[in-house]
Amino acid sequence: MPLPYSEIVMEHFRNPHNVGQIENPDAEATEGSPACGDMVAVYLKVDEETKRIEDVKFESYGCASNIATGSIITDLAKGKTLDEAKQITWQEASEALGGLPSIKTHCSVLAVDALRAAIQNYEERHGLVNEREPTTEALVRKRLKRVMNPMVGLDLIRTDMVKEIDVSAGVVRVVIDLPADHQFASNIRHEILEKLEHRWDVDEVLIDFSGG
Amino acid sequence: MLEDVVYFDNAAATRLDERILEAMEPYFFDLYAVATSQFGYSLGIDARDALEDARSRIAARLGAQPDELVFTSGSTESSNLALKGVVQAVGKGSGQIVITPLEDFPVLYSARTLGKQGYEVSTVRVDETGRVDLDHLREIVTPDTTLVSIQAANQEIGTTQDIQAIGEICRENGVLFHTDATHSFARIPLDVSEVPVDLITVAAHTIHGPKGIGALFVRDGTPIQKWMDGGFQEFNLRPGVENIPGAVGFAKAVELVTPEETGRLQGLRDRLTDRLLEIPHTRVNGHPVHRLPHNANISFRFVEGESLLLHLDMRGFAVSTGSACFSRSLEASHVILGIGGDHERAHGSVRFTFGRYNDEEEVDAVSEAVSEVVRELRRISPLGKDKS
Repeated sequence: MPLPYSEIVMEHFRNPHNVGQIENPDAEATEGSPACGDMVAVYLKVDEETKRIEDVKFESYGCASNIATGSIITDLAKGKTLDEAKQITWQEASEALGGLPSIKTHCSVLAVDALRAAIQNYEERHGLVNEREPTTEALVRKRLKRVMNPMVGLDLIRTDMVKEIDVSAGVVRVVIDLPADHQFASNIRHEILEKLEHRWDVDEVLIDFSGG
Repeated sequence: MLEDVVYFDNAAATRLDERILEAMEPYFFDLYAVATSQFGYSLGIDARDALEDARSRIAARLGAQPDELVFTSGSTESSNLALKGVVQAVGKGSGQIVITPLEDFPVLYSARTLGKQGYEVSTVRVDETGRVDLDHLREIVTPDTTLVSIQAANQEIGTTQDIQAIGEICRENGVLFHTDATHSFARIPLDVSEVPVDLITVAAHTIHGPKGIGALFVRDGTPIQKWMDGGFQEFNLRPGVENIPGAVGFAKAVELVTPEETGRLQGLRDRLTDRLLEIPHTRVNGHPVHRLPHNANISFRFVEGESLLLHLDMRGFAVSTGSACFSRSLEASHVILGIGGDHERAHGSVRFTFGRYNDEEEVDAVSEAVSEVVRELRRISPLGKDKS
């Protein structure tokens, strides 16, 4: 079949593992939104003593690469400790799936983000984090490493698309080196907003497109 | 028996009808010469006669004169010629162009290009079914408007426009009117002796004809210039060696589209729509009545279109979706967003378009498959958990 997806991706898409909700989960998180086209929810059951993930389930509203990544990432996380599971990268998930089309990277990164967010949710619920990190230029830069440049399937920072980051008084300003009417501009805008606008100390996110 | 692939994407391309191939064949192997003038060699004169015969037959379907029809490589080129050719001929360098937000890409992006060159592009409001707000059109069109370009029928949601009323508003202001009729041509009658329209885009690929042939109707006296440089073919409006087999195939394709067939396709469409609306949280996009007879566009809440499309593909069905994940630009359908739909509605929209080779058995099979897949995708979706 001339599909852009590997056989492993298609198998996970057809019969995704660990689908559904966990009743009374120890932690949960949702990443993405219907607006951006993909949404993943992850639920965790964690052994309080060993901090090992006893059960993990996911739900997906998204495309094939989103569903397949949710399936593989929950397979990979099951039985691991929270600290081990935190280290699972998108690259590992992608390799385990036999590769993903670069244009679909952001859909699958979302599933990895949801797992990490669920772990963070567990840590917050159980008092394992005590202070909230303030939003700084360095943090924004770190977050933008998770926003893909769909033209090449690498992140915005690595592809040198971010011209400027400015954080002051709750306002984050990011300048992207693309014309505002570029075919991916609004897509990139959505993703940046998603990564930053819900931060506890951010009131406004301004995204400027400076390319000509 | 179901074929290997059950095809419901006839708005994108259609299977060629064998009778059309048969009509075209002599112009590949026997009468392959270019169309020469009446003083040329006989092979070229015969080729020219075939081209002119095809032109008359297609023009007749529009109630037009043969010399009002310019052959092009398809609807993209026809719409580019209409917008850029008229603007260039009028030659003011600035002015206003009026379009709808739902136009297909050739009109949308030709207008955007002209916008960058100094033209003001105004977008007329449409309602939630995609119909043009005629009062708003009356407000924004003035005698200074250069061109109004409003599609006859929408490529995705199938909504048809009141071309007569729009044409009259243009006439009252002495403004030129172009319509992209790619998706309605031959299926919905349009007669230029009655309807005040100056330019019409048509093509063969939507009516079981070959790809790569289309035409632009240009009403006699309309200011227009060619925008590609080359020879003097096609009334000096479209340079290049004429696609004579294509033109012959196009004429045959037009001849084979009958009201009876279109009625049959409408029956299939209604049958599918009725079945799919039995699925909870499902809605029709576009106008319930003023729509293409062979188009159904339906949004399924809580599911994403690319996944739906892929599952249907694995079961042997070809459909299209307005989901961002499916598009090359990762942009959700500008049409669904343009009628006030949100991203979720666009992501969950599926277009079924019917053609000559679809039958009831296929409709029943696809409606069954869609119900199954939607149920499965909703099971794994985090959205709408109170759904049935």
